[in-house]
Amino acid sequence: MDFGNILSLALGEIVTPTTAAYALAALGLAVHFGYSGLLNFGQAGFMAVGAYGFAISTLTFKVPFVVGLLIALLSAVIFGLLLGVPTLRLRADYLAIVTIAAAEIIRYIVTTNTLFRITGSADGLSTFQREFDSFNPFPPGTYIFGWSNRDFYVRVVSWLVVILCAVIVWLLMRSPWGRVLKGIREDENAVRSLGKNVYAYKMQALVIGGILGALAGLLFTLPRGSVQPANYATELTFFLWTVLLLGGMSTVLGPIVGAMIFWVVLSLTQNLLAGLIESGAITFLSIVQAGQLRFILVGIALMLLMIFRPQGVFGNKKELAFA
Amino acid sequence: MSGTNGQNPDNIDYMTDTRAIAVGENLPGCKKRDPIVVADNVTRNFGGISAVDVEHLEIPRHKITALIGPNGAGKTTLFNLLTGFDTPNSGSWTFEGNNIAGVSSYKVARMGMVRTFQLTKVMGKLTVMENMRLGAANQPGERLSKALFKNIWGGREREITKHADVLLEKFKLDTKKDDYAASLSGGQRKLLEMARSLMVRPKLVMLDEPMAGVNPALTQSLLDHIKNLKAEGMTVLFVEHDMNMVRHIADWVVVMAEGRIVAEGPPAEVMKDPAVIDAYLGAHHDVDLGDAEGIRELEAELEADEESIVGTEDAGIIAPEAIEARLEEEEGK
Ligand SMILES: Nc1ncnc2c1ncn2[C@@H]1O[C@H](COP(=O)(O)OP(=O)(O)OP(=O)(O)O)[C@@H](O)[C@H]1O
Ligand SMILES: [Mg+2]
Repeated sequence: MDFGNILSLALGEIVTPTTAAYALAALGLAVHFGYSGLLNFGQAGFMAVGAYGFAISTLTFKVPFVVGLLIALLSAVIFGLLLGVPTLRLRADYLAIVTIAAAEIIRYIVTTNTLFRITGSADGLSTFQREFDSFNPFPPGTYIFGWSNRDFYVRVVSWLVVILCAVIVWLLMRSPWGRVLKGIREDENAVRSLGKNVYAYKMQALVIGGILGALAGLLFTLPRGSVQPANYATELTFFLWTVLLLGGMSTVLGPIVGAMIFWVVLSLTQNLLAGLIESGAITFLSIVQAGQLRFILVGIALMLLMIFRPQGVFGNKKELAFA
Repeated sequence: MSGTNGQNPDNIDYMTDTRAIAVGENLPGCKKRDPIVVADNVTRNFGGISAVDVEHLEIPRHKITALIGPNGAGKTTLFNLLTGFDTPNSGSWTFEGNNIAGVSSYKVARMGMVRTFQLTKVMGKLTVMENMRLGAANQPGERLSKALFKNIWGGREREITKHADVLLEKFKLDTKKDDYAASLSGGQRKLLEMARSLMVRPKLVMLDEPMAGVNPALTQSLLDHIKNLKAEGMTVLFVEHDMNMVRHIADWVVVMAEGRIVAEGPPAEVMKDPAVIDAYLGAHHDVDLGDAEGIRELEAELEADEESIVGTEDAGIIAPEAIEARLEEEEGK
């Protein structure tokens, strides 16, 4: 078993575009839940809306990249409004139910065979990333960890987007606007009694977090060059919640570091188990079972975390004392 | 403090204004010389019971009005209805002449009608100072479009902070300003909520049992503070069970029982009203339990009262001797 290789694979996970996508989507959840108290269990739906919004407008309507990007974000805004208008006046749990259902509805819609020519059904869509690739400023060659120029390009773009969004969220949350959101999280009637339009603030938070989700959907699909409905199932949402809990809910760095930890742990357990199985040290597991086992391990890790460090890696222990 | 400020065109000192509050007799639902809130036929039923059934009520402007009544009389429910936190079964009401029935609660607050809650609502995971700042109005940084630019909202933020500092000091919370509100004691939360409601300089402030759980020494200074709100041109409506407090600061008392207004008038007059005594105060209301003299009076009355255990051997710690001994001990300190 090559520990050096296993370790470098794990470290490589830290900067993959997928990690960036998870970080960004979880940042959206932080805006929803960590700062505003909105229970969104449909972040996978926002990601799907972003990814499909871009892919469909590029492939079916042949729009340029920037227009596709704007359509993706606009779709997320509309999706957020559709979810928010009926639910945000109600109790918090209604939003949870509606978002989880809406995300599934999106997934079923893009999977139906009737829409095969637009959505590609279960096969999904591909080759919508060509224009994005054409912006690659890096000449062919190998970069840092033996990445190709495209690998390097998608990583640079992904993390620039994450950093930009993180800075914006940080700026927003330290502003009086962010203060109103945190107040709503604590007690929305108290905030109402102080003359703030709680409904409008919740809507803004839902839409902003949703936009981050849609952008994350793009970061998730552009490097792959394909989008498939199976990638946007409910478990994605729960992985994002795991990431959020890992890192700490009401912080900006939390979701980012949470995503890194999540993927490093997944990669380590996967490759360690595979190595042990190959070397004959473990005989009672197949490689496929090992792949499933690692998610069990993630679950256990999360439980341990909740017991010993419930505020997450970056969370504020003091805040939790009053939960 | 003088009553001369921008909100007072007539140059009247509201602290010493002795003009009659009511027009005509002091009957339940009577008309006021200068009402700030006028409510008509406001009803609210919960299941079968009618929690609020107010035919007509006017709250006098620039006065301190106490709303009293037994538990479950409908005081909090009336507050909720007037401020848009609950929807009535029927009724309409105006604030400064504007019809605000059905207007959402945040708009009511923006118009200058700010309330506090009987069960205090503080934002636990925000600091005391952030709670205070949240109370302020006209902070451009609360708009999403301006939130990113500190140069736009930074100036207003400093003004707000200064104002908050002054209020926190008055409410004896200045040492706590960087603590999480969740770490405050029950009484301190009441104080914070009241201070926060004053951040907007409301026209009418509605306090639901503001002094419940606040220690006597601080109550005294806060009472003075509430009185002074009048000088600043504010109107106060508060719910309170402590008759001493009502007597000390209220210009006007409204008594509710079983959802209805049963009596209205100046404190001294209302407390002599048989309907009020019957509904609320009980027979021994005029006894000041704060001094030994009052206790002896009460003792005499209670001993004559057949249903009372005072004067029998069951009296225990409520026996006058026991109470007097404790009072003397306290005075000695
Ligand atoms: N949400 C509710 N659902 C059902 N009944 C309610 C509700 N809120 C209040 N009530 C009932 O309405 C009546 C009036 O309650 P309210 O809270 O207004 O009393 P209150 O005068 O404020 O009493 P207290 O002095 O104890 O605070 C009570 O009988 C109460 O049981
Ligand atoms: Mg009450």
